[in-house]
Amino acid sequence: MSDLLWNVGYGHFLVLAAVLFLIGVGGVLIRRNALIILMSVELMLNAANVTLMAFSRMWGDISAHTFALIVIAVAAAEASVGLAIVVAVFRGRRNVEVDRLNTLRH
Amino acid sequence: MDQASQYSAPLVWIPLLPLIGALINLTLGSRLPKWFVSAVAIASVGVAFLLSAYLVFGPLMSLFHEDHGGVGLSQVAYTWIEVGAFKAQLAFRLDTLSAVMILIVTFVGTLIHIYSMGYMAHDPRYTAFFGYLNLFTGSMLILVLAANMPVMFIGWEGVGLCSFLLIGFWYENEAFASAGRKAFVVNRIGDFFFLIGMFLLFWATKDLSLGDGGSLDFAGLKNTAAGKAYEATFWGGDRLAAAAGICLFIGACGKSAQLPLFVWLPDAMAGPTPVSALIHAATMVTAGVYMVCRLSFLFSASTTALFVVATVGLATALAAAFMAFAQTDLKKVLAYSTVSQLGFMFVAAGTGNWTAAIFHLGTHAFFKACLFLGAGSVMHALEHEGSKTPGDIMTMGGLRKRLPLTHITFLISCLAIAGIIPFAGFFSKDEILGGAFTVHPPGWPIWYGKVLWAGLLIAALGTAFYMWRLYFLVFAGEGRSEPAKHAHESPLSMTVPLIILAGFATVIGFIGMPHFEHLSLPHPLAHWLEPSVTHEWYASGLPGEQAIEGHGSDATTAVLLVIALLVGASGIAGAYLLYGRGPSKTVQRLVDGKLGPAYNASKHKLWFDEIYDFLFVRPFKVIARGLFEVADRFIIDTVAVNGSAFVIGIVGRVSRWFQNGNVQRYLVGVVVGGALVFAITDCHHKATFTYKLVAGQLQLKAEPGDGIEGATAKIYWDLDGDGKKDMDPATLDKREVTVTGYSGPITMWVEDPVTRNEVKVTQTINLNVKQGAK
Repeated sequence: MSDLLWNVGYGHFLVLAAVLFLIGVGGVLIRRNALIILMSVELMLNAANVTLMAFSRMWGDISAHTFALIVIAVAAAEASVGLAIVVAVFRGRRNVEVDRLNTLRH
Repeated sequence: MDQASQYSAPLVWIPLLPLIGALINLTLGSRLPKWFVSAVAIASVGVAFLLSAYLVFGPLMSLFHEDHGGVGLSQVAYTWIEVGAFKAQLAFRLDTLSAVMILIVTFVGTLIHIYSMGYMAHDPRYTAFFGYLNLFTGSMLILVLAANMPVMFIGWEGVGLCSFLLIGFWYENEAFASAGRKAFVVNRIGDFFFLIGMFLLFWATKDLSLGDGGSLDFAGLKNTAAGKAYEATFWGGDRLAAAAGICLFIGACGKSAQLPLFVWLPDAMAGPTPVSALIHAATMVTAGVYMVCRLSFLFSASTTALFVVATVGLATALAAAFMAFAQTDLKKVLAYSTVSQLGFMFVAAGTGNWTAAIFHLGTHAFFKACLFLGAGSVMHALEHEGSKTPGDIMTMGGLRKRLPLTHITFLISCLAIAGIIPFAGFFSKDEILGGAFTVHPPGWPIWYGKVLWAGLLIAALGTAFYMWRLYFLVFAGEGRSEPAKHAHESPLSMTVPLIILAGFATVIGFIGMPHFEHLSLPHPLAHWLEPSVTHEWYASGLPGEQAIEGHGSDATTAVLLVIALLVGASGIAGAYLLYGRGPSKTVQRLVDGKLGPAYNASKHKLWFDEIYDFLFVRPFKVIARGLFEVADRFIIDTVAVNGSAFVIGIVGRVSRWFQNGNVQRYLVGVVVGGALVFAITDCHHKATFTYKLVAGQLQLKAEPGDGIEGATAKIYWDLDGDGKKDMDPATLDKREVTVTGYSGPITMWVEDPVTRNEVKVTQTINLNVKQGAK
């Protein structure tokens, strides 16, 4: 037990990343609010980043940082586009519940 | 081959001409004027007749005088089927036997075509009628000219088809259409046995080389080698000839309306009258008789088969004569008479009296065609006067004054069929009777010929009676209905054929005069047919062959002639007494009294239709109904069709629940699926390593387990056996290593990159085993 607490190793980071990722997945799958879904996606992306960092550290290879930075950049772009769409949708319909955005279905 | 080419002749054209006529009329006919249609039809048959007459009286006659009449003229159009030992050519042969047939078919056919021009003048399907009639003539000519059995079968089926088409020609009437179907189905039963007989013959002769005519060629089947094959036992029983002969005879029963397959012919009278005359009296129904005579060599090899033929013939002759007594439809009486006369022909064939069979076939063709055409003329006249039941003889009477030409020709034909000298039927019927009386096929009881003779005499008595009953009811006395009182004679196109046919019915008998040793009357027909039919019994247990002998002494012949004549005359006298002035009170009293049951039996044709209905038709319908309910309604409709739709519906309903357009729910699928993929692929196998001994060197291969863990695991080796990890970079974290000098147990550690857990594997290697793993 003490080993788990004091000897922080790669395992801790990976477990953290897994937990974050699952929270993100759960959010995307369960929540109906588009805004929350976008936030959950961000959570998943950052869980991936944590994993990348952990392995980078493990193998002593710094090239993983590149990927992490690219992911952050893409996530930012994605968030801005996504938020813009959410805002546009909200303006049109006063509502961003994804299961009610079903006009194409009919 | 030389022989064939030497005597080749354009025989193909004889059937081809009517077939071309049929083709023109059935394809273009509806756009052609009526006169042109009938011109094409009549010309094609007429030219076929002229060609036949030329070939018969020209080349064939000279061959006949050179004693090659049995070889005859032949022509091979092409090789039709050639499979293994089986070879069928589309070949035609004109010998003296088929010569008689083609002359009858084309001559009577031409007359009936001419007659139809008047009879069918107002029918809306005029062109189709002539097309079918031509098609029939062509098929019939194929049948009689065929040089082998398969080609004969083409004609056999062709005439069956045309018969069906023409019986049901006025198919708007449900009864007529079903009469056509009945004829077709009953004929099919016969055809099936014909096929079996044909297969048996092929099976018996397939290993023999029977000349170059191909398999089942009549000339080949006729020769001695084949004759031996017919004597072979079949299924441990009688000879093969008996089996094949009886099967073929059942085929003939279907086509020639013999017991028990005669039931279609009376119903066939639903067709137009010219059809009844041509197909159901003069030509097609005689095909069975022709076939038996054509295969005389086969039938003479089995007196058992001949016994069957003669017995069935006699039974039919008697039964049909009996059934004709109470009929009140003009054409029905003639139909039963045809059945009865065909029975006579089969008795002749069954006693080996081939000449008499063909002789009666020929004379019957003329007088029966004349009778039918006369009947047609009568009905045509009555119909013209507005009669609703033109065939009912009870409403006729007195027509001798209204239709003088028809009356005279009908009278002549009635005299002929009753067997009154000098008309045709006298000679041919007498030859059958005399043959039956004197012939002794080996193996038959000595008295059986006499039984046949006596039976035929009774049938002949019946024939004379019912034919003259018919004559008196139609022509004698006074008209019993308004149409009968005002009828007018038919047009020339109908009466001219009648006159010609009646002329032949008068004189044709003289080609076969009775045989007297002291008078030497000519019998050109017997002489003419001699090369084409067999004159020996191939009897079992007899040394060699025994001639078919059928001549009694002059006194016997003369007595038989007189008896036959007396029987005919007494039949006529009986008819005159009862019907001389129309339906008499005596008849009515007898029918109501003592003869009631017999009258009913006759009227219902011995309840044959009812018995067949009970024995075959109803059970068949029940089976069909059951199959319809079980196989069709339940298995196909319910289980297969609705069932598959139901299953697809269920699947659709279930999958609709997944495919609901909710992206998040799809994502659940993606995530769960992805997780499953990882779970399956990333299974934990126990880490190990394998070794291989190659040229003294030990090659090791690490197998740390599958999936990501295995791929990323770090491998340590202890190759020198000291129990510690080797830190040599040459082997550190290598999947495959080579050991040169093996000194002790080898250990491998697999380290998980994340958790740093280690798995340790140690193996002691036996160098005598080339490869292995633990």
